[in-house]
Amino acid sequence: MTALLKVEDIHTYYGKSHILDGISLEVGTGEVVGLLGRNGVGKSTTLKAIAGLVHPSAGQVVFEGRPITGLPAHRIARQGIAYVPEDRRIFPLLTVTENLRTGLDRHGVGKARKVELLDKVYAYFPVLAERRQQPGGTLSGGEQQMLAIARAMMLEPKIILLDEPTEGLMPRMVSQIREIIDVLHGEGVAVLLVEQNVPLTLEASERVYLIEKGVVRHHAASATLRADDAVIHQYMGV
Amino acid sequence: MLHSVLHAIPFDQILIQTINGIVTGMILALVASGLTLIFGIMDVVNFAHGELFMLGAYAGVLILSATGSFWLALVCASLLIALLGAAIYLVTLRPLLGRDPLTTILATFGLSLVLQNYALWQFGPVARKIQEPFTGHFVLFYLEYPWYRLVIAFLAAAIIAALWLFLKFGTYGIWIRATTQDRIMAEAMGIPVPWVLTAVFAIGSGMAAASGVLFGPLVGVNYAMGTDWVLKAFIVVVVGGMGNLGGSILAAIFISLLEAYASLWVSPAQAVIVSFVVLILTLLFRPTGLFASTPR
Repeated sequence: MTALLKVEDIHTYYGKSHILDGISLEVGTGEVVGLLGRNGVGKSTTLKAIAGLVHPSAGQVVFEGRPITGLPAHRIARQGIAYVPEDRRIFPLLTVTENLRTGLDRHGVGKARKVELLDKVYAYFPVLAERRQQPGGTLSGGEQQMLAIARAMMLEPKIILLDEPTEGLMPRMVSQIREIIDVLHGEGVAVLLVEQNVPLTLEASERVYLIEKGVVRHHAASATLRADDAVIHQYMGV
Repeated sequence: MLHSVLHAIPFDQILIQTINGIVTGMILALVASGLTLIFGIMDVVNFAHGELFMLGAYAGVLILSATGSFWLALVCASLLIALLGAAIYLVTLRPLLGRDPLTTILATFGLSLVLQNYALWQFGPVARKIQEPFTGHFVLFYLEYPWYRLVIAFLAAAIIAALWLFLKFGTYGIWIRATTQDRIMAEAMGIPVPWVLTAVFAIGSGMAAASGVLFGPLVGVNYAMGTDWVLKAFIVVVVGGMGNLGGSILAAIFISLLEAYASLWVSPAQAVIVSFVVLILTLLFRPTGLFASTPR
């Protein structure tokens, strides 16, 4: 397996407290990988460090064989790393279509390709198609989550960093998010999934990293963890 | 009582003052929309905005005397000051972004002093005049009203409308609005935010310069002309809701009309008080701005 994304021993600080204490992980091309751990162990910060929104004080992030640590976030995004934050961060006053266009209007994307990409996400998310002229801030939580993922897909990314996509969603929406992850996987897009929802993560991903206090404590195939939940108990307290 | 006061003011004077108020209001809206655009996207209160207005007017004077074309002067002065604005942003403001807002306030205030004194040193204390592109009048009751004043109002409205269309429909407009609403997420979506901020500062500066050239023929062009305007533009930006473009435009017209009507009773110098009263009342009772519900 060739590694699409490699995180090598990154450290970050918030003030004086050590948030990431040497995280290392790998995601292969088209692979779905889960990142599990209790609240506040540095899962979100890991994603932000990869996206370039937090700059690690040590260690490096390598994407397709090239180090991307320290690059401005917009250049990292254009290389094919899309980020879906925990709080969705929809542009509240832009319409649904305009939210999508923030990722779509790039150099090198022809008009036909733009129409194709828009049609594709509107087919996946019919509710977004219905609301395309509506400001993003007026959508429900579930709709905003779909828009956040759809917006990330506009970048035609090689990997999507998904931060707790099912948080606060109704069960019906949760299974829809699950389907979307499968669709992305089917298209060859890699996913690095941060979740609190253990069953969903173990079903959707191939491998899982378990994080505690800013460092990877355990790493296993999801199938193994599904069979043996003692490890999960130890790190998630469930 | 009120009835007798209204009776004392003839209808023709009210109409004249309405037109005057709208003309000044449109220029003020043009100055203020650049200011509010810059504030909205980078939280920078640009105290040097009035000096960009003033330098725009001077650039207009120089280009007009070199080429003889007012319209060429308008366009070139705007472009020139837009470039100057971009340079100022890159050199002085960009390194300060993310620091305490006070540092950017002091930096732009310092910049305004530098630019003002540069103009004094370069052009001297005597006011220059920009010749209006045409001198026709029409008769408004007992007044010879210059057509040029109406043209200013129209051109200012056209520039603001162009800005609005650009923001509303263009790709770069979407980039600017996205960056205004959430700078971090804009960056994560691949929008080149540093470039967008520079461009916005340049656009705001160019609009200030355009207002300077347009307004030049009505007043003398001198090194201190920016001070009054930027003060009023700040009032407008606060009354309209900080960073709210539509609100600023409405507030500019609202305040200019109020001042114009007030000067029916008191001298124009005293009428300025009205703006400050509106400012204070707004801060007391509607601190988010009188027109806060208008989306930016």
